[in-house]
Amino acid sequence: MRIGVVTFPGTLDDGDAARAVCIAGGEPVALWHGDDDLKGVDAVVLPGGFSYGDYLRCGAISRFAPVMTSLVPAAQGGLPVLGICNGFQVLCESHLLPGALTRNGSLHFVCRDQRLRIERTDTDWTRDFAPGQEIVIPLKNGEGCFVADERTLDELEGEGRVVARYLEVNPNGSRRDIAGISNARGNIVGLMPHPEHAVEALTGPSTDGLGFFTSVLTTMVRA
Amino acid sequence: MARVIVDVMLKPEILDPQGRAVQGALGRLGLAGVTDVRQGKQFTIDVDGVLEGDRLALMERLAGELLSNPVIEDFTMRVEQ
Repeated sequence: MRIGVVTFPGTLDDGDAARAVCIAGGEPVALWHGDDDLKGVDAVVLPGGFSYGDYLRCGAISRFAPVMTSLVPAAQGGLPVLGICNGFQVLCESHLLPGALTRNGSLHFVCRDQRLRIERTDTDWTRDFAPGQEIVIPLKNGEGCFVADERTLDELEGEGRVVARYLEVNPNGSRRDIAGISNARGNIVGLMPHPEHAVEALTGPSTDGLGFFTSVLTTMVRA
Repeated sequence: MARVIVDVMLKPEILDPQGRAVQGALGRLGLAGVTDVRQGKQFTIDVDGVLEGDRLALMERLAGELLSNPVIEDFTMRVEQ
């Protein structure tokens, strides 16, 4: 099971994402922003960081990178894609997911261990979780406030596409406490907190993040 | 040479925490009666020659696709030839 991890200029978390793939039992494959070759991978992770310096808007310039010209149609065709933090921003800017991520309501960069509830477990990235399962994984963002118009929010709720919701504290002012969403098919997931930083007891607040990476392997075994 | 000026503002319904912070500062600095502040950005783009036809159409499209995000922002564009 080969899982691509994309590196843009300014990406920070590609190393941890690749390590999480390994620990889950997959083979990470490095994908470069300037190369439109997806190298035949079975799934792709867009990791966190500050791609292109977050200039203009977070994810706005990455959207037009050569790797995205291949990834966008592949994702629309069903390739499992997980965007974490900056990766979530790239997915929204690419219109693979609805809404946008804006400056935190507090204006502060927030870094904390965040409790979440997993609300959709039939996506390619969450099927190893139990419905309603609560997890704790790190969250670190300055522009993580998920916004969309009321109609889009109602649509996301109505179609059960809210994948994860913040519990206890809404760290960034996201509408309806939304921490992650998916497309209708469930192969594309965007998540603001960082599961790849919670895969080992030594460095993470839990190993709860591993479920995202084992889920996609489960998905591929089933396919 | 032509100069294109693109102004980008958050849509009115989108919360603007930066504008709100500026509003607070204006009040603290003694400016009474500030009822709202919205912060946006302006791009000035200089291009060779006369901007018209397909190139103007492309500029306008990119103002909507790259310079602004239609989900959260509105833009206005004007060209000084």
